Amino acid sequence: MTWFSIIVSGIVTYFSRMAMVALIDREMLGTKVKEVLNYVPAAVFPAIIFPGIFFNDFGSFVEITDPKIYGAIVALVVGFYSRSVIATIVSGLLSYWFIIFFLLR
Amino acid sequence: MLSKSKIFFKGIVAVLPHMLSVIPFGIITGAIGIELGFDPILVYATSLIIFGGASQIIFMQLLSGGASSLVAITSVGVINSRHLLYGAVLSEYLEKLSFIKKLLISYFIVDQGFAESNKYIKQNKNLSNPHYYVLGTGVTLWFCWQLSTISGIILGSFIPEELGLKFAIPLTFLAIIVNDLKKLDHVFVMLVSGFASLILFNAPFKSYIILSPIVALIAAFIMLRFKK
Repeated sequence: MTWFSIIVSGIVTYFSRMAMVALIDREMLGTKVKEVLNYVPAAVFPAIIFPGIFFNDFGSFVEITDPKIYGAIVALVVGFYSRSVIATIVSGLLSYWFIIFFLLR
Repeated sequence: MLSKSKIFFKGIVAVLPHMLSVIPFGIITGAIGIELGFDPILVYATSLIIFGGASQIIFMQLLSGGASSLVAITSVGVINSRHLLYGAVLSEYLEKLSFIKKLLISYFIVDQGFAESNKYIKQNKNLSNPHYYVLGTGVTLWFCWQLSTISGIILGSFIPEELGLKFAIPLTFLAIIVNDLKKLDHVFVMLVSGFASLILFNAPFKSYIILSPIVALIAAFIMLRFKK
């Protein structure tokens, strides 16, 4: 039964990846839809970022003093000026570690 | 003109920074599967067949918690439905490929790979073979994901939990969108999506992951109407 679930889940996931690439003709999408598609990264990724910062492992809101919030602010500022993926991630992690290992000890 | 292999290589390089979150996440995913009591082969099968981090963890958690197959499959489908949006964007760059190649490359469409490809191809409009970039990002992420989940399965979660590496996941996605922070229209859409996700977080089947982008895209649509 587990194998069955894995395979069906795999098919469903593969379909989500393949459907728009292989089955849909781009001519079918109007110019308005294409314009809106420019915003896909802006629409999708914050829905992963915000809960990752503002919720804890138990699904409740973190305190305003949570180190993740400040790590994210540092990453945001560094990212904004550097426009570098590696600098954004590293600055966020380092400032987060600095807070949890030094400031909160 | 860039050769195919150079474009492929550029794709590989573009996703390397994301390994800071992908590899720990993969190790954790493999280790969680074993902790939940699944057979190692089954845990690995989720990486190979489903190939989608968060959805694999939730899939295994649901099944081990006694949820029905239908609930587990529905959750995976809901979480991974965001790929439909990636596909809709990427289809512009993959249009010229044969049907078979489209079927093959689709397997490698992943969050970070999509984001980096979209960024690069938008900046280099007259690229002759943009799909090699997509493939470079996707294949790299695929290999690292397989290897890291396998190490998590074999070695357990050997990365100390105190490091809080889960936090690398929001950071890697933040790194993806910082480029667009100077565009107010994009920032508006990001805020709509972010706040929607906080409000919808407890919606069933983790559906906030697709509902928030839909709300944000509707907001984008309305915004575009007013701009004209």
